[in-house]
Amino acid sequence: MTKSTLIRWFICICILLGCTACKTEHRFVKRTEFKKTNIIVICFAGQVDESWANNFKSFRINELQDPDIQLKVDRVELSKDKRTLKIFMKDPLNKSNPHQVALPDIMSEGKSQGTAMVSVKKLYWGNLISILIGAMFIYNYVFVKYLGLCVYLGVTQKKSTAIGMGFTFTIVIIFSTSISWFLYQYILKPYQIEFLQIIVFIGLVSLTVQAVDTILRKVNPILFKEFGVYLVLIISSCLILAVPLIMAAQNYDFFESLMLSSGAGLGFFIALFLMSCVRERIDLAPIPESYRGMPIAFIVSGLFALSFMGFSGMSIF
Amino acid sequence: MIENNKSYSNIFLNGILNENPIFRLALSMCPAVGISTNVMNGLLMGIAVLFVQFCSSLTISLVKNFIHPRIRIPTYTLTIATWVTVTDLVLAAFFPVAYKSLGIFVRLIVVFCFITMRLDVFARKNPVFPSLVDAVGMGFGFMLGMMAIGGVRELMGMGTLLGYDILGFRPLLFFVLPCSGFFVVGFMMAIFNYTEIIYNRRKRARSVA
Repeated sequence: MTKSTLIRWFICICILLGCTACKTEHRFVKRTEFKKTNIIVICFAGQVDESWANNFKSFRINELQDPDIQLKVDRVELSKDKRTLKIFMKDPLNKSNPHQVALPDIMSEGKSQGTAMVSVKKLYWGNLISILIGAMFIYNYVFVKYLGLCVYLGVTQKKSTAIGMGFTFTIVIIFSTSISWFLYQYILKPYQIEFLQIIVFIGLVSLTVQAVDTILRKVNPILFKEFGVYLVLIISSCLILAVPLIMAAQNYDFFESLMLSSGAGLGFFIALFLMSCVRERIDLAPIPESYRGMPIAFIVSGLFALSFMGFSGMSIF
Repeated sequence: MIENNKSYSNIFLNGILNENPIFRLALSMCPAVGISTNVMNGLLMGIAVLFVQFCSSLTISLVKNFIHPRIRIPTYTLTIATWVTVTDLVLAAFFPVAYKSLGIFVRLIVVFCFITMRLDVFARKNPVFPSLVDAVGMGFGFMLGMMAIGGVRELMGMGTLLGYDILGFRPLLFFVLPCSGFFVVGFMMAIFNYTEIIYNRRKRARSVA
């Protein structure tokens, strides 16, 4: 019973998200997408003329944020059924930003279909997953962005504390970022008081931590006994404030910010776990006296950071 | 209340030497690792932190009698957040280049633990002028730490200091890499520990003799 309800909900959400993914702004343009590193593919509802397609000098392609910088087209390729147009760009595209393509006077079988302004975005699901993986590994907040180091160095003495902290942190950051998203989109932005975001977000974080503390104490005292100590520490972590700020700066929608926060939390969890494993062994190793404690911890994190550099430049979807 | 045997110069030096936020307390390491690629960044970050620490110490020591002890931590956080917002907007308006190179770390001054710690440990209990001296000392300690790390990284990585060519060649390009911040901080801490160990050993030897 519950399972079938769950599946029904899941399908509904899929359809909803699917609909948001494939809408375009012009009736004659059916679908737009990125391919490889420098190709934009545009599917038309009908056949377009080859002479029009070859006149690609009149196409205007730019990133949505800065319309002044026009990107250069190398060549175009029309498929055999004359419904799909491949635009090859001179330089690789920055696929994380949506692009805008202006197609003047689309000619289809001799008739003009009007000028189309369409936007090209990454696939919605692919985008979500790439945000998640990106926040976890490629831009790992501890080893690549160097945030949250105080807590990271403070709680990684033992494996059990590291796991407890990682778990609590992931939950708190998901909660607080979701609430920050609502507050940012529905209060700060409409009233144009975005400059207050630092005060609002830090206040919100401390409120969330306090709320989780109170709720956990009443609902599940055993869990509270295990994780309660870490809750206070969380406020002093840079990461908990950095994620809402990045969310606001990138103007993410709700699911994107959810993915960003869970990716950041899980990435932090991974960092804590790796580091605590190493530090438990370091305690037994013969280390020069002057390196004991903090210095060796820093050097080990440096080695981790070097290895995490291997993820850089990776792009998924 | 301030004790008589603690002069202002002692309070000032306390922040730079005994309780240096970076090397002794190991608090707020994120900027020390993240943006210390050159001296200029360290200087700018230090000035921003100095300003925030100065203003919030001033505010808290002025209104300390009106703050209920149970809500003191949220009060500190909000005070710091206000001053950080001011710094953020001023930097963005007047020094856009510097603002860009510091990135998100200007806004993250809010969560630097040592600012809150100084407010709780010092500004809450002392009159205005000593708290200001303490704030300036702490800020300078942070700034000097950041500049030292930045100096080592810039000199070793690029062979320059503050943009001026010093060595004429690039000794170790490794130090330009973002992750080398960890190594530099680790090695510098180890050097400080080593000097302390040697110093204590000499002192002990002298006292025995």
